Amino acid sequence: MNAENVTSDMKGNHMIRKMISGVVGSGLALGFASTAFAQAALIKAPTAAQQATMINKGDTTWLLVSSALVLMMSVPGLALFYGGLVRTKNMLSVLMQVFMIVSVAGLLWATVGYSLAFTTGFTPSLTPYVGGFSKALMRGIDATTAATTFSNNVYVPELAYFVFQMTFAMITPALIIGSFAERIKFTPLIVFVVAWSILVYYPIAHMVWYWAGPDFLKDTPNEAGLLNHWGALDFAGGTVVHINAGIAGMVGCLMIGKRVGFGKENTPPHSLTLTMVGASLLWVGWFGFNAGSNLEANGVTAVAFVNTMLATCAAAVSWALIEQVVHHKPSTLGAASGAVAGLVAITPASGYAAPMTSLVLGLVVSPICFLFVTTVKNKFKYDDTLDVFGVHCVGGITGALGTAIVASPALGGQGVTDYTKFPSVLTPGYSIVSQLFIQFQAVAITLLWSGIISAILYYVIDKTIGLRPTEEAEREGLDITEHGERAYNY
Amino acid sequence: MKFIIAIIKPFKLDEVREALSSLGVAGMTVSEVKGFGRQKGQTEIYRGAEYTTNMLPKVKIEIAASDDLAPRIIETIQQAANTEAIGDGKIFVIDLASATRIRTGETGEPAL
Repeated sequence: MNAENVTSDMKGNHMIRKMISGVVGSGLALGFASTAFAQAALIKAPTAAQQATMINKGDTTWLLVSSALVLMMSVPGLALFYGGLVRTKNMLSVLMQVFMIVSVAGLLWATVGYSLAFTTGFTPSLTPYVGGFSKALMRGIDATTAATTFSNNVYVPELAYFVFQMTFAMITPALIIGSFAERIKFTPLIVFVVAWSILVYYPIAHMVWYWAGPDFLKDTPNEAGLLNHWGALDFAGGTVVHINAGIAGMVGCLMIGKRVGFGKENTPPHSLTLTMVGASLLWVGWFGFNAGSNLEANGVTAVAFVNTMLATCAAAVSWALIEQVVHHKPSTLGAASGAVAGLVAITPASGYAAPMTSLVLGLVVSPICFLFVTTVKNKFKYDDTLDVFGVHCVGGITGALGTAIVASPALGGQGVTDYTKFPSVLTPGYSIVSQLFIQFQAVAITLLWSGIISAILYYVIDKTIGLRPTEEAEREGLDITEHGERAYNY
Repeated sequence: MKFIIAIIKPFKLDEVREALSSLGVAGMTVSEVKGFGRQKGQTEIYRGAEYTTNMLPKVKIEIAASDDLAPRIIETIQQAANTEAIGDGKIFVIDLASATRIRTGETGEPAL
């Protein structure tokens, strides 16, 4: 580049910035501006109009595609993964529960969920815990509003962010049902999901993920959820989604009690074929979940994508290996369980780890989950029908704590970015031990918050409208007694 | 008339059917059944849950035959279904009191 060009570029940047700050601009000038920003000084706390110029079509595309992928994880992925594992007489109940939870959670997200999760609190003292109603019923969200990403002066359309986060709010409560599958009434379950979303999911999502954004945090350091403020790392929802749902499921399974005939009658999966289809759809959809969580489409997105792939492969292999050693036969259910455990474990770490440490995380998580779904479950004799606790909660905790290790730049990880500086910089001197402590606190708070509130909700619903079908209905199967249909009419 | 009930291994069905056809057996009824005898069951493991299934899948063949043909049918099934292993099955024979062809109302051996 010769001297003359440099001068004209600089002049150009200066001119464009002046135009932007005056909120002026033809499409041509704004289009040029977005490339010019790369060289120009970053704008702190950009106005809404400025943010609109910082939106990239590639990022927007990726975020919308990711949203659809995450929906595919729930329906049909999770529905089939779970559905195949229950007996024929309860197949439809599981499919219907997942399908309706997804639908109801979607409505709830648009009415109050997004606002409670991603706005500032009713009062400043509530901001660390839960958002307010300023965006209830999607007020103020339209095609022109933007949401922050993890980079200075990079924004995505708020509606894209809204729908991406919506798919997370849909799948999380659907995960819970696996713990007490085959023994829950449909309507009380939906009531539980509504209450749980409001009292547990939105606050936890807010605590972990709400923050002012990289262009604003320096001036408003308290505009962040509690765990986000502490610096807890949860890239794609290991804490918010998997530990949260896993413990809610475990509490439910304990309070609702064992299935009729548990331990006496055989309750084998009715279709491991469908379970394998479901697990595979989960695997594919999870790229939207993990890599999509970078919000932008850039190098870190690719890192998260590759990490997700390697951890899953490793976990599927290590589960199959354990079964080969313990049972002398590697099972398809084991392979599918391992893949899901790997996906769960890499979720919080996906954007922080390096590919090779992700692989190790995947290898490690399967033996831990295997121990829980076999030895621990059999010893304590709880009836976690589809091992939501053993795979999602235990795998989630493994991942959340493991994130502190694999995020370390010394191990090739991405480290932690200090967003209280503008522009944001990599925090020097990453300490695994202190990060581990923060992660541990985040896990503990999620376990307690979700566990205690879930217990209260189960109790209240059970005492009022009742959670459990009659023994007769349970023996007959929930498909007929709750939905009036059969899954298979041969 | 005799009524022959044979319980055999499922994969032996085609061989038995072919052998019986060449013998001139005109029809049979086949059902998929489960049961147990001296053959051991199988163990299934789903994560932490271990189930031993005592009931194994078998095929049940039912044939109504004339008194003349019955001994040869029994012999044919015994040879065609044999693998010389436990679990090959059994053949039961009972006297058949009557047979009626629904379409024509014929009774006795002509109805077979």
